[in-house]
Amino acid sequence: MTETGLQPESLAFDPAPVAPERDLMSKFDPLIAERQRLLDSGVTDPFAIVMDEVRSPTEAVIKGRETILLGTYNYMGMTFDPDVIAAGKAALDEFGSGTNGSRMLNGTFRDHMEVEQALRDFYGVSGAIVFSTGYMANLGMISTLAGKGEYVILDADSHASIYDGCKQGNADIVRFRHNSVEDLDRRLGRLPKEAGKLVVLEGVYSMLGDVAPLKEMVAVAKKHAAMVLSDEAHSMGFYGPNGRGVYEDQGLENDVDFVVGTFSKSVGTVGGFCISNHPKFEAIRLACRPYIFTASLPPSVVATAAASIRKLMTADQKRAQLWANARQLHGGLKELGFRLGTESPDSAIVAVILEDQEQAAAMWQALLDGGLYVNMARPPATPAGTFLLRCSLCAEHSPEQLTRVTAMFEAAGRAVGVIG
Amino acid sequence: MTDRSQIFDTVAAQIKPFNKKGVQLSDATTFQGDLEWDSLTVMDFVAAIEDEFDIVITMNMQAEIETVGQLIDAVAKLRDGAA
Repeated sequence: MTETGLQPESLAFDPAPVAPERDLMSKFDPLIAERQRLLDSGVTDPFAIVMDEVRSPTEAVIKGRETILLGTYNYMGMTFDPDVIAAGKAALDEFGSGTNGSRMLNGTFRDHMEVEQALRDFYGVSGAIVFSTGYMANLGMISTLAGKGEYVILDADSHASIYDGCKQGNADIVRFRHNSVEDLDRRLGRLPKEAGKLVVLEGVYSMLGDVAPLKEMVAVAKKHAAMVLSDEAHSMGFYGPNGRGVYEDQGLENDVDFVVGTFSKSVGTVGGFCISNHPKFEAIRLACRPYIFTASLPPSVVATAAASIRKLMTADQKRAQLWANARQLHGGLKELGFRLGTESPDSAIVAVILEDQEQAAAMWQALLDGGLYVNMARPPATPAGTFLLRCSLCAEHSPEQLTRVTAMFEAAGRAVGVIG
Repeated sequence: MTDRSQIFDTVAAQIKPFNKKGVQLSDATTFQGDLEWDSLTVMDFVAAIEDEFDIVITMNMQAEIETVGQLIDAVAKLRDGAA
């Protein structure tokens, strides 16, 4: 008789009624417990929001309630632009729903070439490479540019995709204090002179919405013969004369070697990219694993991106409205006495700083119940262990909507005891 | 030997402001387990050590350092390398 013959038959088919006491999943027990504590406090799960209907860049229906969206990165409000939608529909009809392959093999269609041309035109550069997401653009560029024996020098508050790009590669990783020019200078000075170096910066840091002193940092990087990559995900469309980003606003177009960006914010779809004037830039396509070993974006996505990028080149009115909106919200919340991530409206992100998770969750819930969605952020995503309610503005928010938003913050802030 | 104990004393002085529980320090003291530091505290502390000894402890090296003794060895090695 075989051993199998002795097993009760039901065992193989029935799912285990309880999780085993100790296995690979056990390491998540603290996370599961923390989430349970949050839910037990009666708050709606902030990380499980479902938009049942999306009516415009600024309005959705969540659990049957009309809700103002103030926690998306739809800065330029391009998601419902009629030209953008028409371009996507046409590409769906002509090229189908997907590419079924890598950019390197069968996954490059007409519109992948067109969106890269749109990027070259928008940024006024010779090279543009599109990735399947912004995360993969950072992952791919950082891990491919800096190799063994070389250095990546990054800001301590860098986005997860930058940290993960460092982990994916073979370079040595050095971190400097957030936005500290002096600290960057000191650390670069301690590295071997002859070793290749890549300094990775962000134009706008998304948690607090603060802007980097790129001019000073790039000067320090150049002094130490380092190349510079700037992530302009949160600035595309509304900084600088052509909306290219903080690096353009600070006059650094000839000094920043690589700019990484995304289609998922101002452009209004999904995808990532890197642009550069480096004469050998195209070689990245041959060496970059996150570019090669994944399927390319669907034709409708790149077609919408191309249409949107071309419209952003002349979106002066939207740009002006977005800045006016940022000033209105920042000014309103500041006047109410909220502690904000930046002294002045430096970006399209207004971060409200709260004391702890309970306060943040209570505020967030009160706002949601009143019909306003903002982003809740907590450590380790946030700097210095802060709890944040992050508002991100859209060019399509109306002054009237923002007046309602400020009133909702006032009511929630008083109810929870954040403001007097 | 005296060099190592000098480094130990300097490191101990840098640990002090972060040693909220007053843990007795030895080579075997672990940053995460004994001192109960989170990643933010570790980051601030490493920056302070780097500036104190004028060295760079890469994140790759940091991943290998779990105890005070390992940190002292790393500092001694990096400082000799720089000299």
